[in-house]
Amino acid sequence: MNDFIQLIIAGLATGSIYALAAVGFTLLWQTSQTINFAQGEFVMLPAFFALAGMKFFGLPFPIAAIAAILLSMLTLGVLFKTVVVDPLHKQGTLPLVISTIGLAILLREGVKEFYSAEAQRFPSFFPNINIGTSAANGGSGFNVSADQIGVLIVATATILLLSWFLASTKTGRQMQATAQNPTVARILGVNVERMVMYTFLINGALAAIASLLISPIYLAKFSSGETLGLVAFVAAIVGGFNQVRGAIVGGFLVGIIDNLVAAYISTSYRQAVPLALLVMIILLRPQGLLGRAEERAV
Amino acid sequence: MNRNLKIIFGLVLVLVFIAGPADLTGLGIPWPGLKRYGTYILTLWLVTAVAAMGVNLIVGYAGQETLAQAAFLGIGAFTTALLQKAGVPFGLNFLASGVICFIVGIALGFPALRVQKHYLAFVTLAFSVFVWLLIRNEEWLTGGVNGIKDIRRPILLGISLRPALYYYWLVLALTAVLTAAMWWLLRSPWGRAFTALRENAIRAESLGIDVRGYTLMAFAIGSAYAGFAGAMYAPLVEFIDPSPFALGASLQFLLMVVAGGAGSFVGPFVGAVVAVLLPEWLRFAEGYYLIIFAIIVMLLMAFCPTGIVGLFARLTTKARRPHADDKGPSLGGPNLGGDPTAAATTVAGANS
Repeated sequence: MNDFIQLIIAGLATGSIYALAAVGFTLLWQTSQTINFAQGEFVMLPAFFALAGMKFFGLPFPIAAIAAILLSMLTLGVLFKTVVVDPLHKQGTLPLVISTIGLAILLREGVKEFYSAEAQRFPSFFPNINIGTSAANGGSGFNVSADQIGVLIVATATILLLSWFLASTKTGRQMQATAQNPTVARILGVNVERMVMYTFLINGALAAIASLLISPIYLAKFSSGETLGLVAFVAAIVGGFNQVRGAIVGGFLVGIIDNLVAAYISTSYRQAVPLALLVMIILLRPQGLLGRAEERAV
Repeated sequence: MNRNLKIIFGLVLVLVFIAGPADLTGLGIPWPGLKRYGTYILTLWLVTAVAAMGVNLIVGYAGQETLAQAAFLGIGAFTTALLQKAGVPFGLNFLASGVICFIVGIALGFPALRVQKHYLAFVTLAFSVFVWLLIRNEEWLTGGVNGIKDIRRPILLGISLRPALYYYWLVLALTAVLTAAMWWLLRSPWGRAFTALRENAIRAESLGIDVRGYTLMAFAIGSAYAGFAGAMYAPLVEFIDPSPFALGASLQFLLMVVAGGAGSFVGPFVGAVVAVLLPEWLRFAEGYYLIIFAIIVMLLMAFCPTGIVGLFARLTTKARRPHADDKGPSLGGPNLGGDPTAAATTVAGANS
C-alpha cells in the first residue's frame, strides 16, 4: 500500500510537469491552430539557458533560473510567434507542422552542437531529503522525497495561477474569447493579436517552468524533448484537445499511469500504455475526457 | 516542351538512371560510374522515394496526415527479413510485405477515420511508437536492439544480386513498376476522387463519393508502399535494427514529402533527395548539417509552402510571365485554413 501511495505521489509530481507542457500545447492550439511538434524541445531548452547562464556568466542558480524563464518567453514566445508561426499562418496547418518539426531538429541539434551532447546534471530548488521514515528504522516504510513534493507544489501552483488568470481577470477572459471565436472577439473589441501573443508568452513561461522542474529529475539532455513532446501531446489529446482543464487532467493521468505501469506491469512497454489510452479515448470519446465537441473545422 | 522533346527527355532520363552508376569505360564512354557507396546512396534514394510516394498519396492527394510511414517501412523490412530467414524467395517476401502493410493500414485507418480530420495523425503517431516498442522488445522475433543480421540480397535467374549495381537495377525496376502503378492510380477515377476529397471533402461527399472509403483506401495503399519500400530496404542495408523505424523517422517522411511538394507527382522524389542526398552533400558541415537542414526546411515552408516543386514551378512561371501570381495547389484543402477567423467561420460538416 505504501508503495502504491509513493508511486501515486511520484506520478503526480511528474504528471504535474507534463500538465504544464500540455496546457501550453493546448493554449497554442486553441488560439492559433498551431500544432507545436517542438513542444518537447521547448521544455528541453530552458534548462540549458539556465546552465549557460551559470557556466558562462557566473550567475547564481536562482537568478539563472529567472533569466531562463524570461529568455524562454522572449525566444519560445515572441520569436517563435513572429519568426516561425506568423509567416506560416496563412499557409495552413501542414506547412506549420512541418516547420515546427524542423524547429525541433534545429533546437535539438543546436543544443547538441553548441552546448553538449552529454546529459547535464541540473541543480534542484528543493533540498535533497526524504520525508517519511524508512522501514529499517521502525517507521512505516513510507518514503517520499522533498523534491517530488516541491515539484508538485510549484507546478500545481503555476497551474492554479494560470486557471485563475484565465477565468477571473479581464485579460484572461479576453484570451478565452479569442480562443473560442476570434471573429466575435474582435467585434467585441478584444485585441485579438495581443491575446494571441500573450498565449505564446505564457507557453514560453510554462515550458521554462516545466524545464526547471523536470531537469533535476531526468537530467538536462538535448534529446529529452522527444519523449517530453510525445507525453505533452498525448496528455493534451487524452484530456481534450480544446480544453485547458482537459490538458491538466491528461497530464496528471499520464504521469500516474506511467509510474504505475513501470512498477507493476512492464518497464519496456511503459510508453505504450498512455498511447493505448490515447487510442481508446480517440475511438470512444473523440472530444477527449473533458473536451467539448470541436466546433470549428479542424 | 512539345511532345517529341518530352519523349526524348524521358528516354535520356531512363538511360541515365539505368547506366548512370555503371562503369561505361568498357563501352568506350569515359565514365567510370559510381563507387559502391554512391550506388548504395542512389538505391537508398529510390527506396526512400517509394515510401515517400505512399505518404504523398495519403497527404498530398487524400488530404490526411500519417505519422507512421517509418513504422510501416519497419513492418515491411522485418517481414522480408524474417520470411527470408524462413527460406521464402524475395518475390514473395516483397508481395507479402506490401500486403501485410495494406491489411494493417485498413485495420488502423478504419476506426481512426471514423472521427475527425487530425485523428488519423494521432492514431498513427501512437501506432508508430507501438511498432517501435514491439521491434525493440520482442527479441524472440525481431532480435530486439541487436536486430537481424546478414539479410541476403536475392538471386534472380541464377544471378546473385549481391553487387551494389545489380541490386540497384532490381530496385530501379521495382521502383519503376510502383511509380507506374501510382501514376495509373492517380489518373484512374479513383485518383480523381482522391483529389476531389482533398480539395473539398464536403463537396466530394455531396457528389456521392464515399469519402471515408476512399480515404481509407488511400491510407492503406500509401502504407503498402512503405511495405514495398521496407522489402527493398532490408536486403539493401543487410542489417536491420529498431532505430530507423522510430517516430522521428516517420516525422521525417512527412517532412520530406511536404518539402518536396505534397500533391505533386515528382514531389516525393525531390523530397527524398532532400532527405537522403542533401545530408551527403552537406557532409562538409559535419555536425552542423542537421541545423542547416532544419533551417532550409523552415525557410522553404515560410516562403514556399508548396515545396521545392512549387518553388520551381513558381520560378519558371515567373520567367515566362513576370507578374504571375501563382499560388500553387492548395495544401490540405480549404478546411485546413490556418487563419483562425476563417477556421472559425467554416462550420464543420466533416465532423458530423
